[in-house]
Amino acid sequence: MYSQGLIGADGRTEETPEFLAAFQARVDAEQKIEPNDDMPEGYRRTLVRQIGQHAHSEIVGMLPEGNWITRAPSLRRKAALLAKVQDEGGHGLYLYSAAETLGVTRKQMTEELLDGRAKYSSIFNYPTLSWADIGTIGWLVDGAAIMNQIPLCRCSYGPYARAMIRVCKEESFHQRQGYEIVMTLARGTPEQKAMAQDSLNRWWWPSIMMFGPHDADSQHSDQSMAWKIKRFTNDELRQKFIDATVPQAEFLGLTIPDPELKWNEEKGGYDHGPIDWDEFWRVVKGFGPCARDRVAARKKAWDDGEWVREAALAHAEKRRARKLAVAAE
Amino acid sequence: MTGEVPLWEVFIRPRNGLSHKHVGSLHATDEVMALQAARDVYTRRGEGNSIWVVPSAAITASDPDQAGENFEPGEKIYRHPTFYDIPEQVGHM
Repeated sequence: MYSQGLIGADGRTEETPEFLAAFQARVDAEQKIEPNDDMPEGYRRTLVRQIGQHAHSEIVGMLPEGNWITRAPSLRRKAALLAKVQDEGGHGLYLYSAAETLGVTRKQMTEELLDGRAKYSSIFNYPTLSWADIGTIGWLVDGAAIMNQIPLCRCSYGPYARAMIRVCKEESFHQRQGYEIVMTLARGTPEQKAMAQDSLNRWWWPSIMMFGPHDADSQHSDQSMAWKIKRFTNDELRQKFIDATVPQAEFLGLTIPDPELKWNEEKGGYDHGPIDWDEFWRVVKGFGPCARDRVAARKKAWDDGEWVREAALAHAEKRRARKLAVAAE
Repeated sequence: MTGEVPLWEVFIRPRNGLSHKHVGSLHATDEVMALQAARDVYTRRGEGNSIWVVPSAAITASDPDQAGENFEPGEKIYRHPTFYDIPEQVGHM
């Protein structure tokens, strides 16, 4: 909402120490920041980048799953997967709307995704090789996303927090449908169980990388925490996710592919082995197995849809003109 | 593409007896497409029985800096029922 008035507006604020201190005091008092409020330019830029990236992730995330809609093994699975992919599209739209309240247009954001300036979650640059991957994505990828998104419901920026509340309400079905798929395979034939294990082996590390670099290496973390855009650090969220997920894997009789994973009584959580950050950065920078396909698919959708957008605008214009002509008679 | 596809604000009434509440916004070329998109984006789980779409440009918003001039109960306590002393014998009023 409100974005129309902000589009093209100069987002710069007078950033005197007094202004910044007053803004921080509002944030510290847990007052929500709304679109027309004064805010530091850095706060606005951070949110535009983060919400845009989040929206792109929802939209690009439709691709690896949409890949399996026609091959879902039953009508029940197909209906659920269709609904899930439709939800992801909806989530992308809630988030684009939230970002637009900060003075960026949908078109700008789309162009930045297509020309590579804007990022999306690197997890979607991995391929969905088997049906088990659809289960694992729901269980692990949506599970990790929920871990990230629940604290975002309390983000200091009102429109983002409100969008996240809607998203989180809808997302828990995604994780449960995924877990049910993996559970069915894990309880099936030895071949089916092996499919589930193979899928877990491929998705585990990319999933725990979704929380981003370690706190010591995270360039945006401190300021985002101070502005209450983020409520927990990357490592805190990753720890919560691992602690919640390990027992779920044990229940299925599947093995997490980390030989160093073990319960640490003292900290009351699991210790895990080293994460391959070289792979993470390779994938973020667009060298993931499917990066080129993903952006190419978005670009094709955008280009192929151009005549539709033009025709719809022309039709609206024609109707408007006809109405004016009738009114003038 | 030349023009931007206009932005619409979406309001939904969860059920009869309640007022429409703002739920978000979307882009659509005209009111017919806006209503259809609102149904797809904002009512996938029976969120309501009535949808309004309003061109965002048609909304006039107040300036948050002027909010101080809105009614402030602290200064106009005589607008509150408890400002007036009524003896207990009179009963609930």
